[in-house]
Amino acid sequence: MVYAKRIDKRKFDEIRPIRAEVGVIPNADGSALFAFGETVAIAAVYGPKPLHPQHMQDPARGIIRCNYTMLPFSVAERAKPGPNRRSKEIGMVAGNALSSVVDLERFPGTVIDVEIIILQANASTRCAGINAAAMALAHAGIVMDELVSSVSIGKIDDKIVTDLIKEEEDYEEGEGATDIPFTMTSRTKKIAHLQLDGKIPISRFKEVIEAAKKACEKIFKYQERALKGEKIN
Amino acid sequence: MQLPNINKKRIALLLKEGKRLDGREPLEFRDIEIESGISVNAEGSSRVKIGKTEVVVGVKLDVQEPYPDQEDKGTMIVSMEFSQSAGERYESGPPQMDSIEIARVVDRGIRESGFVEWDKLCIKKGEKVWCIFIDIYCLNDDGNVLDASAIGAVAALRFAKFPVYDKKEEKVKFGEFTNESLPLTERIPFSMTFYKIKDKILIDPNRDEEDAADSRLTIALSEYKKEKIINAMQKGGIAPFSIEELEKILAHSEKIYEEIFPKIHERINSLIKR
Amino acid sequence: MIIKIGAEGESERKQERKLVIPGEVIVSGEEYLPGDFTKKENNEIIANRYGLAEISRRVVKIIPISGVFEPRRGNTIIGRVEDITFNGWVVDIGGPYSSFLPVSECPRFINKNNLAEFADIGDIISAKILNVKKSGIDLTLKSKGLGKVEGGRLVKINSHKVPRIIGKEGSMINMIKNKTKTEIIVGQNGYIWIKGDLEKENLAEEAIKIIVNEASSDGLTERIEKFLEKNLIK
Repeated sequence: MVYAKRIDKRKFDEIRPIRAEVGVIPNADGSALFAFGETVAIAAVYGPKPLHPQHMQDPARGIIRCNYTMLPFSVAERAKPGPNRRSKEIGMVAGNALSSVVDLERFPGTVIDVEIIILQANASTRCAGINAAAMALAHAGIVMDELVSSVSIGKIDDKIVTDLIKEEEDYEEGEGATDIPFTMTSRTKKIAHLQLDGKIPISRFKEVIEAAKKACEKIFKYQERALKGEKIN
Repeated sequence: MQLPNINKKRIALLLKEGKRLDGREPLEFRDIEIESGISVNAEGSSRVKIGKTEVVVGVKLDVQEPYPDQEDKGTMIVSMEFSQSAGERYESGPPQMDSIEIARVVDRGIRESGFVEWDKLCIKKGEKVWCIFIDIYCLNDDGNVLDASAIGAVAALRFAKFPVYDKKEEKVKFGEFTNESLPLTERIPFSMTFYKIKDKILIDPNRDEEDAADSRLTIALSEYKKEKIINAMQKGGIAPFSIEELEKILAHSEKIYEEIFPKIHERINSLIKR
Repeated sequence: MIIKIGAEGESERKQERKLVIPGEVIVSGEEYLPGDFTKKENNEIIANRYGLAEISRRVVKIIPISGVFEPRRGNTIIGRVEDITFNGWVVDIGGPYSSFLPVSECPRFINKNNLAEFADIGDIISAKILNVKKSGIDLTLKSKGLGKVEGGRLVKINSHKVPRIIGKEGSMINMIKNKTKTEIIVGQNGYIWIKGDLEKENLAEEAIKIIVNEASSDGLTERIEKFLEKNLIK
């Protein structure tokens, strides 16, 4: 069985309709919404601010504390509220991606709290979350070299596709589905976050990198427009 | 920054003259906005904004065993969480209103009103009933999260549609929806929380006013045969209420119900029609 | 390009300010120099912060429009007493660091056994920043006009809007004070204390909120003056 056409009829390198907007949470120092089609993420940033308890402080640099939450009703089968291993892992990799572009030495001993909330999920939630968080950090006036942009690349059967939906993640025909969430920095084009789950020959990985690069550049343009005041719906 | 003493004094001083910092009357609500369809994966969902306070609420349904003493009735679980983004909560000082308390008060307002026809949620007596999960999430706290949560919960219930239930396999097909709404009656709950600052009463406080309050009283009402029925009450905070204050609050609650409830009802109706 | 004549009679060349995001190339050219929140790489001046890029002479800098207060020595700030220790007050002034006012930096005779008498938890004080260390900020009251405030109310705005509230050489804030007959202390950290008749305090606060929300600053002082006059007649 060959994955000749995508389930939702998109082109292989086509990203779902993007929504992007900043300033969605009034109490936060910075906030943003980012959506890939039906996957909607909100991010809120607080800080830098004093980190308590003191023993958690790093005297040389500040830290980013990233918390990722899926609302119980964001998915078809209710997700029990509260942190779990998956959400903790995503918080970690997202936090590292964001830390790679933030000047953490500027305020040692402090913390920047980043909260990612998934309102509605159709795969690629961590990518939507990282995109929202990057905008929220900039919106909060955090000193950063550049933004990061994130997208899920997949190998569905033998096709390299951009921006997976849940049905593609669950695809079992042919070579099955390999999910590769990819985050790149906007100006220096470095890889800030990378995960892979599935199977893909090394020889094909170059195509994945190409697809990610193209997609991240497109996504960055939306993040930029939202920061410059557009409410992209 | 936590509420400064001088601001607390200012709020009390203004209230003595029946005024508030944002120009509202003591018994005046901020603008209430309601939206539906926050998550397509929820059986029903809503977003409620009261001023800058914002909550999102989702209803999820599943089929489970009933409670042994209510074998032919559906069940309901209400949960509430403040997202950490809701607002700065400080290392010391008063915590936000407890999320567990909010969940339980919202639950009682709905459960006791007769709004949900629990027996119509029975699939197979003693074995299979529908369970309603209501999950409330506060995204931005600018005071009065409880009332916003209650409005959001009722709205989400009214927007909700049953998922497809495969009778043969006895399983819910999550992601597939019917066009059937939940079995709800006309006895729609509406709650309002009264806050006391010194000896003045106000409703719908913003964050500062809520921090300045000495105590509060939530009243959940529903209407039955033109009479207002109290389905739940909850006093919070330390300062006691006098009997006169309680009677005044009960009188106010009827008036406010008549002012605010129809507008909310209309708004939800218009969203359902779409 | 706007040509501005400065107070000294010199002419300054200022580009229109452009909203930029982190990583954006503001301008290219060997002759440009990186100012606040920018860096230079391969003859490109790159933004390191979301804000308004301004080129003045050859220096390119970013004027922040958002973000937490960044404390500097000498700043006048307004803070809330959070805690009292044996030798001073822990004060919340917002921003990245906690701050402390030692008893030794208070000018008057203070009952060392009852510091709460001078300023209790929840009280508001205006102070100056003595120094900024990684471990925290030290405050001082040893300057005119500083100390605990009584009465009035505290208003919070984003600290980056404070220059607009103050205006050129205090023109804006003095105008508001005069028209509304209120006492006002503006903290560089974005906290503003206002005291007067309740109605006048409301009016002053409203005026401040309008200034914060205004995008353009052309003729802002005059517009606020008109707004105040209109509302004072009522």
